[in-house]
Amino acid sequence: MARVTLRKLVKNYEETPAVRGIDLDIADKEFVVLVGPSGCGKSTTLRMIAGLEDITGGEVLIGDEVVNDMPPKDRDIAMVFQNYALYPHMTVYENMSFGLRLKKVDKAEIAKRVENAARILDISELLQRKPKQLSGGQRQRVAMGRAIVRDPKVFLFDEPLSNLDAKLRVQMRTEIKKVHQKVRTTTVYVTHDQVEAMTLADRVVVMNGGVIEQVGTPNDLYHFPATRFVAGFIGSPAMNFIPCRLEVAGGGLAARLSPEIAFPVPHAREARYRPYLDSGNLLFGLRPEHIVEQRPHAESDQHAFEVPLEVTEPMGMETLVYFEIGGVEVCGRVNPNAGAQSGHRMKLVADLANMHLIDAASGKVL
Amino acid sequence: MALPLILIIVLLVGYPALFSIHMATLNKSMERFVGFENFTFLFSRETFWMVVRQSVVFAVTAVVFKALIGFCVAHFVHNIPAKGQRKWRGMLLVPWVIPPAMSTLAWLWLFDPSYSAFNWILEGVGIAPVNWLGDPNWARFAVILVNVWFGAPFFMIMYLAALKSVPEQLYEAAAIDGANWWQKLWYVTLPMMRNIIAITVLFSLIVTFANFDIVRVLTAGGPVDQTHVFATWAFKLGIESSDLPLGAAVSLFMFPILAIAAIFILRDINQRGNEA
Amino acid sequence: MAVARTSMKGDRRKAMIWSYVFLGMFVVFFLTPPVYMLITSLKSNAEISAAVSPWWIFAPTLENYVELLSSPTYLTFFRNSALVSILVVTITMLVSIPAAFALSRMKFWGSATLATGVFLTYLIPETLLFIPLFKIFVFVHDLTGIELINRWWVLVILYPTLTVPFCTWIMIGYFGSIPKELDEAALIDGAGYLQILTKIFIPVALPGIIAATIFAFTVSWAQFLYPLAFTTSADQLVLPVGIITTLIRGDVFTWGQIMTGALLGAAPPLIIYAFLMDYYIAGLTAGATKG
Repeated sequence: MARVTLRKLVKNYEETPAVRGIDLDIADKEFVVLVGPSGCGKSTTLRMIAGLEDITGGEVLIGDEVVNDMPPKDRDIAMVFQNYALYPHMTVYENMSFGLRLKKVDKAEIAKRVENAARILDISELLQRKPKQLSGGQRQRVAMGRAIVRDPKVFLFDEPLSNLDAKLRVQMRTEIKKVHQKVRTTTVYVTHDQVEAMTLADRVVVMNGGVIEQVGTPNDLYHFPATRFVAGFIGSPAMNFIPCRLEVAGGGLAARLSPEIAFPVPHAREARYRPYLDSGNLLFGLRPEHIVEQRPHAESDQHAFEVPLEVTEPMGMETLVYFEIGGVEVCGRVNPNAGAQSGHRMKLVADLANMHLIDAASGKVL
Repeated sequence: MALPLILIIVLLVGYPALFSIHMATLNKSMERFVGFENFTFLFSRETFWMVVRQSVVFAVTAVVFKALIGFCVAHFVHNIPAKGQRKWRGMLLVPWVIPPAMSTLAWLWLFDPSYSAFNWILEGVGIAPVNWLGDPNWARFAVILVNVWFGAPFFMIMYLAALKSVPEQLYEAAAIDGANWWQKLWYVTLPMMRNIIAITVLFSLIVTFANFDIVRVLTAGGPVDQTHVFATWAFKLGIESSDLPLGAAVSLFMFPILAIAAIFILRDINQRGNEA
Repeated sequence: MAVARTSMKGDRRKAMIWSYVFLGMFVVFFLTPPVYMLITSLKSNAEISAAVSPWWIFAPTLENYVELLSSPTYLTFFRNSALVSILVVTITMLVSIPAAFALSRMKFWGSATLATGVFLTYLIPETLLFIPLFKIFVFVHDLTGIELINRWWVLVILYPTLTVPFCTWIMIGYFGSIPKELDEAALIDGAGYLQILTKIFIPVALPGIIAATIFAFTVSWAQFLYPLAFTTSADQLVLPVGIITTLIRGDVFTWGQIMTGALLGAAPPLIIYAFLMDYYIAGLTAGATKG
């Protein structure tokens, strides 16, 4: 087991930069998820750690060793691929033992390790089958088994769940987490699915356009996004962004979103926001879960407003409501019994303790 | 790892191909450069123009009929229940599997001047026997017939594979849009098969144009050189009459058609590569 | 609606019946020569030249088979053909599998050009090359004293020009369809390039390799022009040329033996086809659809 360190890592394809110099320290036994939209450089980064891509600049360290010029087989890593990449002509047992057989590990030792991994993953009965005879979830387990058997320093996962259907994906997510808790191998996991990232990771690395936007625990990213990109990427449905400007109102500050609607800024933040009073290029950010139906007992920093609803989407446990403020579509999440109806006006409250103010030009959360 | 491949291509294909151009400019004993003399000699001979005409007629007619028959037979196979298709397909491909030199011998025997099994049937229904390989026109017909017999199964297999790759939903959509079977063929089947038709026709044009086995075994170019194509005539001049340069000059005339077909095929492959 | 449905069903039925009728006709057309070969091969010479129906066997006999299979000349042709074909298949596979692996996976300088070159080579017919090759072999003899004309093994050098380009081409297609992750997984598992080829690519693309092998064998077995141009003495001939040059003596055609010889000569490819039809057809269609 080992730390993984990236130093000023750069990857260019021909002339197009894919990764533009990223620094990251991954601790021993840590589960780190790289997340971002497609083309953000997350997979390229993972493949550079694996040794499947040449490194244009910077360094990759596994343990304390620079591995830039080391071929994949000497890096002591294991990788799980999106399409599983099981060898179709080998049985599950042969698939899982292939790496060890190449290393000429003793037969009895191979059998012991394969059986152990099979037990962890609950695939002991499948060992003599061919990949073709397995379901998607079973293939996924075998791919993980192949990684576990090797007992490597680092596990690398490249979007391992994206070929599974939604239900299986949730199940396998839990499975991966359980396996990690059992084997405690340092893990780097790439996904485009922020829910997967949040649920699995010790720390999440949000990437965009070849750079790291923010690194933090799932809760940090949710509550304290550093940039507009992170704020919009983490959480579903995504955070609402409404153009606004700050104005002085009633001794405090207020964010004016439209001629009718202005939300008072919580007192605790006034000092922080005051320098931006004259800025004409601000975004007001608030998650849908912080826009709810009006309740009898208002809490501090909650501000009521009334709008006509354009669309409502009942989800069962909640109802999503869509309306317009300042020319922007805004989403809220209300109680299904609150009587939300398309075309009708509704009284909602905004939980301003969770508001964010963003400088639209730099994309920084203020 | 590709080195042996490169050696084979360069030494046994590339070099001889270029060398044949050089050879065509030498005299019979290959001691003297004669420029285009071999070509002007050929142009002055009636047989040469006959060979040009016969090669073109032979290749074009044979390819058209192979493609047509292949297309129809593929449809017939496609129409019958799936579980019987394998058996029929298996029987229909047999001509392609038998080495052409061997199967042409059977045709030669079927066309035999005194014991022709076809003539026996014709006589049975009261038609005068046909001098299959002795009469120039019938001989030309015969070499084309044998070539069609040999090549049509290949087209059938290709078109059957193409037919099977047309999604059934397209036909259902066309049926809902009110198309009759002719319109389905014209607006769905043919456009979907356009690529495969083009490429098989081009391939076949190349190999038919360069055909040797069938003409050589069936007529050896006769009667009186009337059925020669470039390959058999080049063989006759180059190997049998030992005028290698003249033979090389004749075979070089296969180049233009080859080059044109190759350009089209490559263009098609590049396009498909770009779409993928 | 009910009317429309029955009429549609009726149309289908009609189309099917007509399809059977036409298929029957084409099968007769396609199978007449081989069946006629079989009929003639089972007749005695006397019956062949008698004025009776050529389409019927009145006194079946195996004398043609017995005579041919006990004839040393014919057995020599068969042995030459078998040796040439087996050697050519081996050489073809040894050349085209590594080449296809390199061309489908390693991007080296000129690899795209080479792939196109392979394809172009496949398009060049042997009828264009036999004359210059003949002259080149004469040169080689003059220079080194090695006699290449009228030696059966020279066919082993020549036939790969016909088999290697096509086999490489379809193997590039088969290898190209193996997902890249499979080699990456193998790389991470610690395999080198050679192990990836032998332990992953060859087993996974086995159907393609079988198809290519069949192709190489049938091409070598059927090739006619090269042996006709390059070999002349009876002990150096392969089957197709042997039958035509030795069984047809002047105008005396011993048709019973010729047909028997041709049928036996056609047997190996026909047997392979009968047992491995799917691979045979896969190889046939791969050339045009994979490219």
